[in-house]
Amino acid sequence: MTERRQRQNSLLRGSLALLAAAAIYEAMARSGYFAPALLPTLPTVARALVSSIADGTMIEHAAFTLYRVMFGFALSVVVGLPLGILMARFQRVEHFFLPLVSALMPIPSFALVPLFMLWFGIGNLTTILIVFYAATFPMMFNTWSGVRSVNPLWLRAAGAMGADEHKLFWKVIIPGASPFIITGMRQAFLRAWIAVVGAEMIAASDWGLGWVIFDAKEFLNTDIMLASLVVIGGIGFVFERFVFGSLERATVMRWGMVRAAKG
Amino acid sequence: MQDAITIGVTEPEVRSQSSERLRLIARNIFPFAVVGTIWEIIAWAGVFPHRLFPTLEEVAASFVRLTVTGILPHHTIETLIRLLSGFALASILGVTIGVLMGRSRRAEDIFLPLVSIGAPIPGLAYAPLFLLWFGLGNISAVLLVGFVAAFPIIFNSWTGVKAVKEIWIRSAQSMGADDRRLFRYVILPGALPYILTGLRLGLAQAWRILVAVEMLAAVPWGLGWLIFGARKFLNTDVMMAGIVVIAIIGLTLEKFVFQKIENYTVVRWGMITS
Repeated sequence: MTERRQRQNSLLRGSLALLAAAAIYEAMARSGYFAPALLPTLPTVARALVSSIADGTMIEHAAFTLYRVMFGFALSVVVGLPLGILMARFQRVEHFFLPLVSALMPIPSFALVPLFMLWFGIGNLTTILIVFYAATFPMMFNTWSGVRSVNPLWLRAAGAMGADEHKLFWKVIIPGASPFIITGMRQAFLRAWIAVVGAEMIAASDWGLGWVIFDAKEFLNTDIMLASLVVIGGIGFVFERFVFGSLERATVMRWGMVRAAKG
Repeated sequence: MQDAITIGVTEPEVRSQSSERLRLIARNIFPFAVVGTIWEIIAWAGVFPHRLFPTLEEVAASFVRLTVTGILPHHTIETLIRLLSGFALASILGVTIGVLMGRSRRAEDIFLPLVSIGAPIPGLAYAPLFLLWFGLGNISAVLLVGFVAAFPIIFNSWTGVKAVKEIWIRSAQSMGADDRRLFRYVILPGALPYILTGLRLGLAQAWRILVAVEMLAAVPWGLGWLIFGARKFLNTDVMMAGIVVIAIIGLTLEKFVFQKIENYTVVRWGMITS
């Protein structure tokens, strides 16, 4: 009873805080102290959002961004996952790739944008490669540590029960490492999502959510900027909460491994 | 006699140790040598236009030239100042809000919705907005870096304060600790590993975002700007030199700041394992 009351209180206070923040913003926007072009009122932002969704431009921008981020992310999984497994299973591979990876990893992906622009031009290829670069390392690292941290007891037990290499790999190692792999995917996507927005801003093409924000700045269309900010936040939130959340529920939680995922 | 014996025992050991170290160094250098050789072959073969794909000697030469003339150090120092001031802003803001959220239910209710709405938006998406509001240049760059880096710090400080064991607080209270002492001697040390993790994540975040912000905010000096400006004149060798400096700073942060912090906390408190 008190628990519920407390939760209701929290909800009430939370929504009050949001309302208050919105009201302060609205008052600032309407006060006329600041240029309306820089601080549009909330209804203006909402109208810009609705109209840009209605005429399809915002959807097209989002589709382009999603295409780039998915392509780059898929590429990073295709490369990072096997490489991580190989690094964990074979010492030679680890000895070769680990120094390279540790040297490349501290370079923020955005530092490479100008270079990639020179090499690959402006547009999809550069953006996808930047996303790929940003997402591969977390993918690889988590897979690597996941495979290495598979309990050796399980391996020996499976071996003693007569599992061959093939079975050992698919039935023990992969499920054992899966919490780490899924964490890796999550981190990789988060990185990819940040990278795609930045890359679109710098390596401007003509579509994409990052580009539209940056382009709107030139014309002082602050309402469009805020509207695309809402869309970017929304998509990121949906992926984090629903896509990866349900992936986690469908795999590691079902296998009863979620404790390992938090470690 | 005894000396001779000890020398006889230790000498091979020393040698094997040093050869072990040599092997380790060689093993670490080998992959770079392979990649460097491939790079050189491609550059010399002229597969790509020479301006876009300089040889490693040219990169090294422009690195040395820029360092000697003082251009590269100037860019580096400006970038580091921006990083540190943005990070300082983020730490003050983040730790204060996070600890407040952990201590008071009211603050938690107020801040949590705001923070969880702001956090999933990639920091760079705010960049144009900040540029419009605060103008081009340093103020926007530092504010943006501080704002973006504050989120992980807030979340971790909040978790840390909440993770302090209830029983420690109660036993300290029953032993007569007042609020100030409770905070100073129980809550702060208990939450410190989390807070430090948050600071580490925040610094990494700040570093990643800063390079891009420097490209967008048109600051007069800074490594991001150096790379971005060099693109206009097709100075690929200058770009590569800038990227090398960025990599060195990143590596230094990783090896000498983050890992030190982590080792310190792990060793000292034995509280976090990852």
